[in-house]
Amino acid sequence: MRFYLAILTTLMLAGGGLFGTLPATAQSKGEVVIGLQCDRTGATQIVGTVLCPGFHDYIALVNSKGGVEGYTIKALEIDHEYKVPPAVESYERHKKEGAVTMAIYGTPHIYALAAKLTEDRIPGTSPGFGSAAAADGIRYPYIFPIAATYWSQGAAAVDFVKKQLGGSLKGKKIAFIFYDNPAGREPIEVLEDLAKIEGFELKQFAVPPPGVEMGAQVLDIAQRFRADFVIGHLFGGAPAVSIKEFKRVGYPLRKFVSFVWGSAEANIDAAGGFGVAEGYYTMQFAGVGQDYPVLNEIREMYKKQGKPAPKEMASTVFYNRGVLIGALHVEAIRNAIKLKGGGKITGVDAKAGFEKISNFTLGGLVPPLKITATDHEGGGLVQIWQVKGGKFEKVTDWYSAYPDVVAKHIKAAAAK
Amino acid sequence: MIQRECGVLKTSYEADMALYPLPIARWTVAALAVIFFVVLPLTLHEYYLSIGNLVWIAVIGALGLNILVGYTGQVSIGHGAFMSVGAYTAANLATRLDSPWPVNLLAGGLMAAAVGAVVGIPSLRIKGLYLAIATLAGQLIIEWIINHVTFISGGVQASIEVARPRLGPIVLSSQRQMYFFLLFFVVLAIVGTLNLVRSRIGRAFIAIRDQDIAAEIIGVNIFRYKLLAFAISSFYAGVTGVLYTYFLGIANYEQFQINVSIDYLAMIIIGGLGSVLGSVLGAMFVTLLPIVIRLGMEAFGGVFLAPQTVLNLIPNLRLMMFGALIIFFLVVEPEGLNRLWRNIRNYFRIWPFAY
Repeated sequence: MRFYLAILTTLMLAGGGLFGTLPATAQSKGEVVIGLQCDRTGATQIVGTVLCPGFHDYIALVNSKGGVEGYTIKALEIDHEYKVPPAVESYERHKKEGAVTMAIYGTPHIYALAAKLTEDRIPGTSPGFGSAAAADGIRYPYIFPIAATYWSQGAAAVDFVKKQLGGSLKGKKIAFIFYDNPAGREPIEVLEDLAKIEGFELKQFAVPPPGVEMGAQVLDIAQRFRADFVIGHLFGGAPAVSIKEFKRVGYPLRKFVSFVWGSAEANIDAAGGFGVAEGYYTMQFAGVGQDYPVLNEIREMYKKQGKPAPKEMASTVFYNRGVLIGALHVEAIRNAIKLKGGGKITGVDAKAGFEKISNFTLGGLVPPLKITATDHEGGGLVQIWQVKGGKFEKVTDWYSAYPDVVAKHIKAAAAK
Repeated sequence: MIQRECGVLKTSYEADMALYPLPIARWTVAALAVIFFVVLPLTLHEYYLSIGNLVWIAVIGALGLNILVGYTGQVSIGHGAFMSVGAYTAANLATRLDSPWPVNLLAGGLMAAAVGAVVGIPSLRIKGLYLAIATLAGQLIIEWIINHVTFISGGVQASIEVARPRLGPIVLSSQRQMYFFLLFFVVLAIVGTLNLVRSRIGRAFIAIRDQDIAAEIIGVNIFRYKLLAFAISSFYAGVTGVLYTYFLGIANYEQFQINVSIDYLAMIIIGGLGSVLGSVLGAMFVTLLPIVIRLGMEAFGGVFLAPQTVLNLIPNLRLMMFGALIIFFLVVEPEGLNRLWRNIRNYFRIWPFAY
């Protein structure tokens, strides 16, 4: 009996304690809030645990240099475990805290929040995530892919393969190995179109979730279909498995190009290190490596505080993407403040700010995007980097390919 | 304490069959109704109402699953998929035929009920873990179909946007409007379940759960009632899926994957199998606890650690605390929060004269 009384009292105390500790919502006037969703514990944690610190470090760097036009930036991060209901909750939380831009993390999440973003008129970014159709700024006014969508990546991959195979794809065989979910299948329609245009044979190989079992598909690609080149679009742990499997069947990795989520140090390490993956081509929407002025500034900032640079910086692919996303948000806010010319900016101003981003490159880490009111993707630029001699080596500069084909699909999707 | 069973005399069949025979219970329900319909929506910020909305959606799903698992004793790991059946039925109707939301809601529920009854067919021959695997297969098959049949999924992205529901001239889009919209269905679901489980059908379910052979011998048609349990339970799941679709404005199959089925099972196990209040408490517990833990840690974490460390720590610590608390509550009371509440209530029922 006393036991239940004790429980009751504990619960009441706990309840009272919680209400007492709800964070204060008051803000100082000179603060601009960015809502950042992250996944540090869910299915894509190998990305989130590196990408989000990159985002925060860039914001800290901006603030340490006096902020943006006198305003400090506050990035509020909430982890959603790659689940949709917590993403809805964190969106509302960010809205309550007055966020003017939202960095949405994950394909299902950007789908789930698309309607809300538009109704509440807060721009949300979905770099490297799904819904390529969102590149259309008229149809989706408040969604900003700000990086090459899967359609642009597909087009860029085909163009790259074409150059690798000597300038013509006529009669060639290209295998597309993809994670069998909506995000994984998204590029197929573009690839099928390009197969018709370029006259190559495209064969699709689906890898069912969770993407750890693909021996049969890889064997098929290497020995029955005998692909001239392979385009890979895998997530999570799957890219590492694909590297191992291709290695096992003896298929040369220099005939494999991976989309952006199979292209980080973490993927290569999980496959057994850079020695194993020699030759592997990766597609990137942010610069790779440590040699960018902005990264030096971040290291400098940590040095001034007497701290070592964070270990996440060593995982340059995801870290740099975090910096890129943070930088584009800050740049949009900067543009918005300038456009507004004083006063508190809103989501509508931030949208206009995003649409003014052009030629903002951070010394090569960010592609020379040109985001406009109609094109929220900014050109669909990527670089190809190759695993060579223990590190990533740049193979191409920023480029995009088949813009007419991609545009046709965006237009068709918008008409739906 | 104030007034108990003692002296509450029933003089008519209606009074005897009332949902809440005790005046104190009626007052409690009335007070809760006032709190949830008036006080909370008028005082709370939209953010808290959005959490409430997530809870309401979970409550309806948990109630449905509890009818099947708690009351009828049939396991299902396929409820996430039944929700997606409802969601895609409604989304397709809304976009292709432009039908109004009540029609879509009903159609989504009925389609899910039909699919649920089909997936429930193995329950006629197998029980327990075997049935769990059979429904798991149902989940995977439905997931695969929605993922690959573009006629249903509306394209490779497997997501269909739907317009916000309308009530006459009002478009329900803000969290506050959604709160009332969802709460209405929560009340329907709770009242419906409370009455279902004390009807002939509900008693048949309970008889099947307790001993299906005995139930058959006393004349319960096992074939009909097992499938009916699957159908009713899936109807709730389908309605949950439709409400979720209208809540988000989009039907997307990744919102209804297997982990959702498991989350709902966790809700009813923590809340208490075979009880309506348990479903509600379990849904609240699983939805609210992570948020509450995070808010608490955000408030205290900064006192001890650097902000970057806190950011990395919060989600991991939250998962650990969440797991630990589930274990704690289940060890304290294996029959769930509902039983915990009943123990507390029973204690006070005779308090202070415990002898």
